[in-house]
Amino acid sequence: MALLSLSAVTLTFAGNTVLNEVSFNVAERSVTSLIGPNGAGKTSLFNSITGFYKPQQGSIRFDGTELLKLKPHQVTKAGIARTFQNVRLFREMTVLENVMSGAHCRTSAGAFAAILRTPAQRREEEEIRARARQHLEFVGVWAEQGRIATTLAYGHQRRVEIARALATEPKLLLLDEPAAGLNPTEKHDLVQLIRRIRDEMGIAVLLIEHDMGLVMQISENISVLDHGEIIAEGTPKQIQSDHTVIEAYLGRDDGEAFLDE
Amino acid sequence: MALTDIVLQQLVNGLVLGSFYALVALGYTMVFGVVKLLNFAHGEVYMVGGFAGFIVLSLVSGTLGSGWSGVAVSMVLAMIGVGFLGVLIQKIAYQPMLSAPRLSILITALAVSLVLQNAVLGLTGGRYVPFGADLGFGGVNLGNLFISYNQFILVGTAGVLMLSLELFISRTQYGRAMRAVSIDKDMCRLMGIDVNRVIAVTFFLGSGLAAAAGTMAGAYYGSLWYFMGFLIGLKAFTAAVIGGIGSIPGAMLGGLILGLLESFGTQIPGIGSAWKDVFSFSILILVLVFKPTGLLGRSEQERM
Repeated sequence: MALLSLSAVTLTFAGNTVLNEVSFNVAERSVTSLIGPNGAGKTSLFNSITGFYKPQQGSIRFDGTELLKLKPHQVTKAGIARTFQNVRLFREMTVLENVMSGAHCRTSAGAFAAILRTPAQRREEEEIRARARQHLEFVGVWAEQGRIATTLAYGHQRRVEIARALATEPKLLLLDEPAAGLNPTEKHDLVQLIRRIRDEMGIAVLLIEHDMGLVMQISENISVLDHGEIIAEGTPKQIQSDHTVIEAYLGRDDGEAFLDE
Repeated sequence: MALTDIVLQQLVNGLVLGSFYALVALGYTMVFGVVKLLNFAHGEVYMVGGFAGFIVLSLVSGTLGSGWSGVAVSMVLAMIGVGFLGVLIQKIAYQPMLSAPRLSILITALAVSLVLQNAVLGLTGGRYVPFGADLGFGGVNLGNLFISYNQFILVGTAGVLMLSLELFISRTQYGRAMRAVSIDKDMCRLMGIDVNRVIAVTFFLGSGLAAAAGTMAGAYYGSLWYFMGFLIGLKAFTAAVIGGIGSIPGAMLGGLILGLLESFGTQIPGIGSAWKDVFSFSILILVLVFKPTGLLGRSEQERM
């Protein structure tokens, strides 16, 4: 059974149809990519899954729960985490604090326990710290845990963002253009990291990405979105030879980029 | 009195005054941090806190007496009660306005302030209400300097409250969530943080601290008045701006600085105590001119 299942999701803004009857699935422990030209509605789809946009029609089921009725923080609690195109870390907080704040939805000590600093709350605080350390070691930036997050090199900030997303203990991780702004070595490391997230942590990954080399290398399934509609789905091989896909990219600025790969 | 005695005496007075300012300023700065609202009803929350303490004290004085133990219990219960009042005000008056233009919510805050003031005016008939605490007049003499036990306890209590707040903010998951909410609300939602709950907790803490200050002021000065929140509201706001609004250590520092400057200001020849308000607001203007972000504030860069 699919972990995430969208069926006929339609989203309109002031009469403009952004997503038109979009249906697709993400299987457990899989790496799925969502590609498509700029403005195709990929990020809107992410925002719909995470509860920021409210699609007018359709259904988004995740692990047995209907997500459309949930608020963003409830979606996170259900087990979906995401990162952003432009890295969005909490400024003025350290790397460790950023990752620790990701664990918020997995804590049980309430505000009153925190005000009174009960023994249970202190214990939990230590556990959160220990888990945050594991996540930072996992992505390989533990050495920089005490620094203010936004002073790190860009590639490392991305890793911190991924660690923070992992701290919410997701079953599905949404990555919005994780390779943007990375150099070839960093991209290579990213591919390794995504594989480890899937293999070692058992987390399914859904990514939006423009770097076709990376997409073809890492994905088991690819869905192609154009003008708010899914125009093709399949394995990397099937997508590369799909004529509708090539047409969708041709005649656009990034058409050649697609053919280059 | 020798000059050193005057200096020391004003130091003590300044610390007492500064403690009140700092406690109230914390509420301003915390609320501004998480919802970017200048909560102009906050001075009135302090005033209501004083009356809440007075009510609790009159209920418990029979069993606990009206000394320090009675006042301590009144303060704690007033903090809890007024903390919930703060949450209620937030839910009823501010929550629906959060997505409205900034000016609307500012006007709402002024309305809340008038509602609270007039409610208490109606209940008390505008009269001064004796607080009814009996704390005695003991103290210690250091040469010509006299410090009452009440002053010690008051400054000490304020210090403990501020230290606890600082620990809460820096060492707990909720405190971290509060800082995170002041930085990026949408991101917090994606971290699974219930932003509305964090905002409610912020109002609870801010209002609770104001109530602590209100009760202590009632016990220390001896009486309450429906209009007592107005001036301290403005002063605490000034303190928050001096320290850098949004910064919690800034509010503490700003409160103490303002309290000390006011106390010493009254001693400058030609500036009597009648001029002390002019003195504090002049300082506000100077800070705004030379360091608009306040002493510990950060420059806010709006993302496009």
